[in-house]
Amino acid sequence: MPISNHAFGAIEASVYAPEIFAQGLPAAQRLAHGDRPRQPAAEDAAPLLAFEGIGLSFGGVVALADVDLSVRPGEIRAIIGPNGAGKSSLINVISGVYRPDRGHVRHYGARYAQVPTQRLARLGVARTFQNLALFKGLSVLDNVASGLAYRTRSNFAGQILGVGRTRREQQEQRGRADQVLEFLHLTDVRDRLAGTLPYGLQKRAELARALVAEPRLLLLDEPMAGMTAGEKSEMAAYVRAARDRFATTVVLIEHDVGVVMGLSDRIAVLDYGRKIADGTPDEVRNDQRVIDAYLGVASDNEEGAGI
Amino acid sequence: MSAIATQLSPAAALPKWLAPLLLIAFAYVVIPLIGNSYLFEAILLPFLALSLAGVGLNILTGYAGQVSLGSAAFMAAGAFAAYNFNLRIEGLPLVASIILSGLVAAAIGIVFGLPSLRLKGFYLAVSTLAAQFFVQWALTKFSWFSNDSASGVIDAPKLSIAGFEFDGAVGRYLFALTVVVVLTFLAHRLVTSQTGRNFIAIRDNDTAARIIGIPVLKTKLLAFAISSFIIGVAGVIWAFAYLRTVEPAGFDLDRSFQILFIIIIGGLASIRGAFLGAALIVVFPLALSRLGNFLLGDVFDSGVLDMSQRIVLGALIILFLILEPDGLVALWDRIWRRLSLAWQSS
Repeated sequence: MPISNHAFGAIEASVYAPEIFAQGLPAAQRLAHGDRPRQPAAEDAAPLLAFEGIGLSFGGVVALADVDLSVRPGEIRAIIGPNGAGKSSLINVISGVYRPDRGHVRHYGARYAQVPTQRLARLGVARTFQNLALFKGLSVLDNVASGLAYRTRSNFAGQILGVGRTRREQQEQRGRADQVLEFLHLTDVRDRLAGTLPYGLQKRAELARALVAEPRLLLLDEPMAGMTAGEKSEMAAYVRAARDRFATTVVLIEHDVGVVMGLSDRIAVLDYGRKIADGTPDEVRNDQRVIDAYLGVASDNEEGAGI
Repeated sequence: MSAIATQLSPAAALPKWLAPLLLIAFAYVVIPLIGNSYLFEAILLPFLALSLAGVGLNILTGYAGQVSLGSAAFMAAGAFAAYNFNLRIEGLPLVASIILSGLVAAAIGIVFGLPSLRLKGFYLAVSTLAAQFFVQWALTKFSWFSNDSASGVIDAPKLSIAGFEFDGAVGRYLFALTVVVVLTFLAHRLVTSQTGRNFIAIRDNDTAARIIGIPVLKTKLLAFAISSFIIGVAGVIWAFAYLRTVEPAGFDLDRSFQILFIIIIGGLASIRGAFLGAALIVVFPLALSRLGNFLLGDVFDSGVLDMSQRIVLGALIILFLILEPDGLVALWDRIWRRLSLAWQSS
């Protein structure tokens, strides 16, 4: 795969760059440096990911109706909406867990009716889950290293006998996993079983597992759900740092509108499976339909006549 | 917490391989000197065969999370395959026929593992019952497998490797021990490898495993194949070294359950657990019968023994599931930790 090799080469350079260890730069500093991986032409370039007329329903329940959405390379793209608006369905469509009834997903120029889940990692897509999906019986390090399992080329016999490329492969995977753990400040818990970590750290370990593959597209399904305000801003900083360090495009689903406004470049708002707004945080904040969806519309019939 | 405790324990200073190595040396050198034939025939040989079967099932059920009730079928497949290879191919070395019989069991395991691609948990367990019934039926129905023997019960051939005969109880014990040590070592290497971690990933969350690019279908079938291979070889030991007869009746559903109990009581996803569980399952009925005879005398006949075995074993399983779901291994580790902490503070 020439494309991905090229990508790995470019990213490796950034991973091993000395400034990677100066983690968690504040946002202002980042902007001052202007070290965004995005190229100037990227704004106009073809979208990394696009939904074209996606429709999905479960029985009579319409989860998504004719949703169009595009994601540019290098941006943090948030999808927000009230409960049941179809946000998670959208992420599940991108990762191939659901097959849409109508429309298709365009990813890196290729068109999919259903995204092939098995090949997702090879396509450069990684995701986290709304409900924790770590492998509880593995250590944090092994969990993170498993994010590279798709690249394993040795077979089980070679691994049992310890011959061939096995040893080098394992060292390389662990080395990369260690780097990501350090980047996300998880080194202290690297040998603990993932299931024994507190919730916030599990969320972060899941982010590490997704990041270790250095994906071009990172899907985060409610990465801050159930966190305290402090943990949320910490997580937001990690997401931003990850985008900057790994040159990754982020698609993010979140409940907490406040965090999303500060974090994202562009925001799409879903309500009842339809996209009701799409734009920069400022545009979305002032959009009347968004305010209606979140705060509710004053009824015309306030006096209750006729009830 | 546990990591801290291990660091404190004096055992942490010793290399990890030391304890198993000492145990193996003890099993090879000391036991043959002190053991009598009762120890070998009634305890150690069935213990070794069932331990190996437990190791095999643990790879499938404990590590890869695929519940199987067909273990005895794979044991039977292994035993009959080894018998037939030995019988029909002139001059085939014993080691080769054991490996080939493991491969036959692995092939059958893959076939009956195919439903696992669609079924999970309880439903998969029921579908593996098909293996149990089908293999036993085929072995009884087609007398070719037992070389047209009238009774269906056939004597196992003598165990000999490169001209060296493993005669008598001690010889058969050493033969079984060697096979078990080699396969257990390989199994240990497997579960600590990338493939072993893929097994655990599929067990813990197969959607996440699929999305990060672990080949789920291939890995599941691989788990079935490797597990069946080991269980098949365990069947060879059971028939050739322990019973010295090959008959389908010994590989019934009860045996499958017995192996499942071994790994549940011993500890899922643990190689040591299979050995602890097998030790309990083998020694427990003997101890119970001794104890019953001692306490009750003649009243404690074989009928009462059989019944009380089932009652106590059933109660034990329920107790284990409630009090120590992680099995004897967890109990063992906890006691060991307590002891080493007490030793340190004293």
